Amino acid sequence: MSPADSLNSKPDYNYDIIRLFVIATCFWGVVGMLVGVYIALQMAFPILNIEPYLTFGRLRPLHTSGVIFAFGGNALFATSYYVVQRTCRTRLWGDGYAMFTFWGYQAFIVMAALGYVLGVTQAKEYAEPEWYADLWLTIVWVVYLLVYMMTVINRKEPHLYVANWFYIAFIVTVAVLHLGNNIQIPVDLRFDKSYSAFSGVQSAMIQWWYAHNAVGFFLTAGFLGMMYYFIPKRAERPVYSYRLSIIHFWSLIFIYMWAGPHHLHYTALPDWAQTLGMTFSIMLWMPSWGGMINGMMTLSGAWDKLRKDPVIRFMIIGVAFYGMSTFEGPLMSIRAVNSLSHYTDWTIGHVHSGALGWVGFITFGSLYYLVPRLWGQKEVYSLKLVNLHLWVATLGIVLYITAMWVSGIMQGLMWRSYDEMGFLNYSFVETVVAMHPFYIIRAMGGALYLAGALIMCYNFYKTIRGEVAEGEVDKDGNPREAVKIKSESKWASDNQAAE
Amino acid sequence: MGFLHKHAALEKNSILLLILIIVTVLIGGIVEIIPLFRKETVIEPVEGVRPYTPLELAGYNIYIREGCYNCHSQQIRALRDEVARYGHYSLAAESMYDHPFQWGSKRTGPDLARVGGKYSDEWHVEHMVNPRAVVPESIMPTYSFLLRHGAKLHDLKDHLKALRAVGVPYTDEMIDMAEKDAAVQATGEPRVDISGLQERYGDRVNARDFDGQPHMISEMDALVAYLQVLGTMVDFESVEGIDVSLEKSTNVDGGTQ
Repeated sequence: MSPADSLNSKPDYNYDIIRLFVIATCFWGVVGMLVGVYIALQMAFPILNIEPYLTFGRLRPLHTSGVIFAFGGNALFATSYYVVQRTCRTRLWGDGYAMFTFWGYQAFIVMAALGYVLGVTQAKEYAEPEWYADLWLTIVWVVYLLVYMMTVINRKEPHLYVANWFYIAFIVTVAVLHLGNNIQIPVDLRFDKSYSAFSGVQSAMIQWWYAHNAVGFFLTAGFLGMMYYFIPKRAERPVYSYRLSIIHFWSLIFIYMWAGPHHLHYTALPDWAQTLGMTFSIMLWMPSWGGMINGMMTLSGAWDKLRKDPVIRFMIIGVAFYGMSTFEGPLMSIRAVNSLSHYTDWTIGHVHSGALGWVGFITFGSLYYLVPRLWGQKEVYSLKLVNLHLWVATLGIVLYITAMWVSGIMQGLMWRSYDEMGFLNYSFVETVVAMHPFYIIRAMGGALYLAGALIMCYNFYKTIRGEVAEGEVDKDGNPREAVKIKSESKWASDNQAAE
Repeated sequence: MGFLHKHAALEKNSILLLILIIVTVLIGGIVEIIPLFRKETVIEPVEGVRPYTPLELAGYNIYIREGCYNCHSQQIRALRDEVARYGHYSLAAESMYDHPFQWGSKRTGPDLARVGGKYSDEWHVEHMVNPRAVVPESIMPTYSFLLRHGAKLHDLKDHLKALRAVGVPYTDEMIDMAEKDAAVQATGEPRVDISGLQERYGDRVNARDFDGQPHMISEMDALVAYLQVLGTMVDFESVEGIDVSLEKSTNVDGGTQ
């Protein structure tokens, strides 16, 4: 242990790697959302499908992987590497290994994306990459777990902070899911094509065990790690309840893993499995809301911050969306409700209230906290632009999810509408026609959300250049000035301005 | 505060925490997945479901490549309106050779589990080339390039072998004859002898020039051959003593039909 590592001085944190992941997060976020807006427009205007490479069927995985794994994944790498260093008060283990996770993960994204456009896919939602990309990701992920755990083991704090539990659960469970769902054999090592070891009912159950828990662990547990670190830090308050954190953590990770079969109601999957899936999905409501309360009530005694600080507002609205979509999810898992909602846009709306509202907003909030600290500034270039981003994005979400509610429920009801003779009232294509206006509204909502993300990127660009917008004030109401970056490089060294 | 005290042990021992997390997350999957591999309790013993012919398999792989599953389901739920619209609800046996399943999760377009035989080959070809030529309100992409791309038949043998390794009962003969069977199936009865194909895959196998281009075997041939067999394998009239009756389908109001 060098003298600099003693308890009273700051460890030499590895911020370079986090800066890279932050930039990748912003880049892939814009790409993934742009593809999303494009495929939304394809559903309103099919002429936008350009065969063979740019059809909806090939671009949809590009969008989902782009926002989940590229945007969300890079955000998780960035924040987990930051949180684990800060809460363990030690430098990230293995600089070279950490750097490998960065370039290795970007290589995985590019491999997967190229595959989709060229038609290389396993046809399993959110697990589309073929065997060679899967193997590569496995290597990257094992190194990620190694870097994370070694840092944890090197910690200077006796207790491991709750955010780390969630990050560890996220990393290790995603590894389990990825391995379980990708048991397959390549046709030949020279071919990109493989066949799953499982077929029919078994492959359906394993796929939705995987996919539902990709939501549960990639898009929930990991981002709860962000919630448990960045909300208390930004609000300068401790987490509301330590005891609730423990209950939240263990019940969430236990119950989530059972909920997959609710994607398969009324199908050829045996009824007992469907019923188990439904039951645990409803139970899942409790830990989800326990977590939401824990995050939100952290502001207890400091609610004025919600009015004053747009960054906190981002985080808290994100947690509110988490509460909303984790209420809607159990509702939709009830078989009778699912008979209406399944196969329709209601599901798409539900996913986006979670993805745009929860995952997006908690990420944006965390990034707004993180970027100034990583680049040696006290605050972002403009908090007014943060506020603008917030409202543009919120309006986008509202348009998006209301359009999908209406079109989904409408289509579900039209499918099961009978005339007085007992015949079906509508042909399938009549329901397609009826959804057209809602597809346009949805695309507008998505475009607004993308616009918000672009505002954020501009704000970060200015922040990294060390600029401060006119009229920005600090906590005491004095005009805020830029921090001069000491090092010659734009990569301001270390955490000179942080805390 | 005993429980907080005990939990502190986990917070201080990260490897123990890691192990306990793994155990916790494995339980649900084990309980729900492992019993499904007692296949006799999951898959009804119906007659008629056979592995895809090599040409149909090529079509299945095009279906996957183009991401058709993003918009089309292949799983008719046991609900009154679905049975009325698409036919008998899907049986587990019907997808038992799909590696992986193509049940889908979203119906931007209609379910395809029983699309086989519903439309003519000409309709499918025209629909694929320009969906709006036959369904003006359709929002499906065009797939005219399938007519121009030759189907890859020479490696079908390797595909059958791989599928046999994961449990599809392809025989040595089927594997050896894969390329030829595909060519025979896409050419049509009058010009070629299809008896070998029928011997291996049954008398009901569709063998004809699916894409209307006698000079070539295109990806369109393969895809249409695949679509035309979907949902047609089980002979529901001969099913006896097995509970696959429509009585099981649930009315949306909660009662049965």
